[in-house]
Amino acid sequence: MARTFKLPDLGEGIHEGEIIDVLVSVGDQIEEGDDILVVETDKAAVDIPSPYTGEVTGIAVEPGDMVNVGDTIMTFSGGEEEPEVEEQAEAAEEAVEAPSEPEGAPGEGAEEAKPREAPAEREGPVPAAPSTRRLARELEVDLRQVPPSGPAGRVTSEDVRAFAEREEEEKAPPERPEKAPARAPLEIPEVIPRGRVPSLPDFARWGEVERVPLRSVRRATAKQMALSWSQIPHVNHQDKADITELERFRQRHKGRVEEQGGKLTPTVFAMKAVVAALKEHPRFNASLDPESEEIILKQYYHLGIAVDTDRGLLVPVIRDVDRKSITELSIELYEIVQRTRSGEASLDELQGGSFTITNIGILGGTGFFPIINFPEVAILGMARARWEPRVQRDDEGAFETEPRYMLPLMLAFDHRVVDGADAARFMGVVKDALESPGSLLLMM
Amino acid sequence: MVMGEQTLETDLAVIGGGPGGYAAAFRAADLGFDVALINQEERLGGVCLLRGCIPTKVLLEVANLIHDAREARSWGLNYGELTINIDALRERKNLVIDRLVNGLGRLADQRDVQVLQARAVFEASDQVRLQGPAEVAHVTYDHAILASGSTPIPLPGTEFVEGSRIMSSKGALSLPDIPESLLVVGAGYNGVELGSAYAVMGSQVTMVEMADEILPGVDRDLVRHLRRRLRRIYHAIHLNTTVASMEEHEDGVTVTLKGDVDEPERTFDRVLVAIGRRPNSQELGLENTGVQLDEDGFVVVDEQRRTDDERIFAVGDVIGGPMLAHKAMRDGKTAADVIAGEPAAFDVRCIPEVIYTDPQIAWCGLTEREAAEQGRDIGLGSFPWTASGRALAMGETSGLTKIVLDAETERVLGVGIVGRGADNLIAEGALAVEMGAVAQDLALTIHPHPTLAETEAEAAEAFLGLATHIISSRE
Repeated sequence: MARTFKLPDLGEGIHEGEIIDVLVSVGDQIEEGDDILVVETDKAAVDIPSPYTGEVTGIAVEPGDMVNVGDTIMTFSGGEEEPEVEEQAEAAEEAVEAPSEPEGAPGEGAEEAKPREAPAEREGPVPAAPSTRRLARELEVDLRQVPPSGPAGRVTSEDVRAFAEREEEEKAPPERPEKAPARAPLEIPEVIPRGRVPSLPDFARWGEVERVPLRSVRRATAKQMALSWSQIPHVNHQDKADITELERFRQRHKGRVEEQGGKLTPTVFAMKAVVAALKEHPRFNASLDPESEEIILKQYYHLGIAVDTDRGLLVPVIRDVDRKSITELSIELYEIVQRTRSGEASLDELQGGSFTITNIGILGGTGFFPIINFPEVAILGMARARWEPRVQRDDEGAFETEPRYMLPLMLAFDHRVVDGADAARFMGVVKDALESPGSLLLMM
Repeated sequence: MVMGEQTLETDLAVIGGGPGGYAAAFRAADLGFDVALINQEERLGGVCLLRGCIPTKVLLEVANLIHDAREARSWGLNYGELTINIDALRERKNLVIDRLVNGLGRLADQRDVQVLQARAVFEASDQVRLQGPAEVAHVTYDHAILASGSTPIPLPGTEFVEGSRIMSSKGALSLPDIPESLLVVGAGYNGVELGSAYAVMGSQVTMVEMADEILPGVDRDLVRHLRRRLRRIYHAIHLNTTVASMEEHEDGVTVTLKGDVDEPERTFDRVLVAIGRRPNSQELGLENTGVQLDEDGFVVVDEQRRTDDERIFAVGDVIGGPMLAHKAMRDGKTAADVIAGEPAAFDVRCIPEVIYTDPQIAWCGLTEREAAEQGRDIGLGSFPWTASGRALAMGETSGLTKIVLDAETERVLGVGIVGRGADNLIAEGALAVEMGAVAQDLALTIHPHPTLAETEAEAAEAFLGLATHIISSRE
């Protein structure tokens, strides 16, 4: 029996991905569990294993295609039947054993028919009129994804049409900019909140242009940033930490950490300093739920670390930073950065953060204003540390100047959840921790 | 190959002239395809029309009339003693069938569907060989739709013989006579329908059933009303009972029963065996195609009614599911639409089922029993017909209308009805289920008064705790 493989759910909130590689060809014999494709989602490249054993009879995608959960990817023939089907066959068998199955077998027949149709039925069919269901098939819309407008979650034909139009626009947005659609604002902002921005001019009038599709990580970043910027009232707070002592400390210990396979970077210290501040100021380790009007305080310290990769910006998450030593963190951070850069980080490792640190120090800069990683409450930015003159008065009142190694710190926070004074206090804790490596020493 | 054998080339070959087959053929022709409809029998219509749904309905009307005439005595109407002219009755049944068969023939002609009388055997994925009166020997096609139907199952070790006293539904519907005593084996819907028709016409009917209930699988509160009637008109119903042996002789059939019976060996004038049907999937040459069968012999298809052979679709009884004409017709139309490139699929939310007895039982969608088996949180709205003015006026108060709803969303998941006319009433329930209607939709739709249809609105109101004609208590 021919079996269709549809793109499975890739994890929390991830509905689509780009096919990076197809690992099999038509005619291949595949064992259940063999990897058959690589899909890059918003966050990570994921190897997708085959749910079936059998021969690949058709491949509906090629590298570069964007696919949605539920899209048909491949077909298989031969091999054993799907588990669901076997279960049904068993159920049917039982039904037949039930003694007098008359013509038409009322009752059992119906039971047998239903599971035979669609395994998805299990989650319960979406309430929609038959004509609406047909329209959905025609427009290739998955009813499950359509936000319903009717009572008790009923999807109307209008809902399906509106959804299909949105999809269409998302797929090929500025192909014909003159047609830039005026459309209802969405609850969640799109990559580019169309409808509120004027259409683009025809740039080709002034010279040659190239259109590059917004894909994968770039697209996800665009979406995430638009979301964050439009939803969160950002305020920035800046300071500088004197890390002269810390830097000495770092230079002294980095060799030892390196021997253990880690890399002792300023970020590692910043992680520890941030956890200290989060513990004192738990509202920075939170999310705002505007619907229930609640602040969700997280009882864990999972820090996202922004990583610049060939594919774009990714944020792997280090869990339970409070329970790990500086050495452990040095090793873990180094490893996960490597894995993220090579695309081997799993989806799991790229979600679940409660606060983010972004350090662009290695690339220079005296400061920048980071955007909060929605739905977190704050983000700490680190720019390049530099030697600067510190001017202070000695006991006799004379000015003296001393070179100090200064790290610029930028904190962006959600003003709905915390205030400027909170931010100053939070920053104070971070600064204190970084300026007194003695306290950090205890965390080695 | 014989010299001069003709081969017909067509876009679509439909194999089987029952409801699944002719619905597919007609739809495909309407969509512009060149269609050959290959039918083994002389007449179109299949089991449904020739020896199933339609003839049983003729008998049902007879039974209803007899019942009503008897009931009417207590209303002051007396038609005198009943006499039945079985020949005239058979004639009327045949007339009904003839008119419908002729109608189908005309519909096929008007659509230029070429009807070939033959048995079709697959020689390859794209060709069948015809055996039978048709002049054509082979048909090659782009697509085929297999609608070969099903056949009644005889008791183990026996087979049905034309003219025998041991009959299938086909034999019973040929109305040979009204036997003095009739044994019905199997209390599924076929046995119950035909058994009660014969009982009302005067046969002494004994029914045996292997299970511990009649109409296994159907909600008990619906069956209760029918069981009460059957107890009155049947001579006996033996549950947990099977037939150990049967011996046919010139003036009867001697049967040995095993189970809950005092007197195991008895002689009946006739025996009706109604224990189920099996798919006609053998000796069709399917091994010469990519079509796959499941272990029960049903053709395996997907939602589009596509088999494992890309050229061949299959519909109706031969693919399993409820073996019902209306389900087969939807199958057939789906397959034809899909072949025409339409975005069709068999994605129905319910297939209404009707037991044509008096009272009738009809249901669609989720039953209370299924909900319990699934552990699903449901709400129920019930309206007994004793509270319906119309039912009382009709003298048909043995009835119940019941709606199964999702407890949380109040969406209608299923409807069950027992009572006169349940077959027509269930259509509203099916529409509600398909449309995803909620209790309020039914309650707020004005139903004409006084009708039996009102009971559906009142059942929805009962669920909401607001029924007009009963004191509601939400179960």
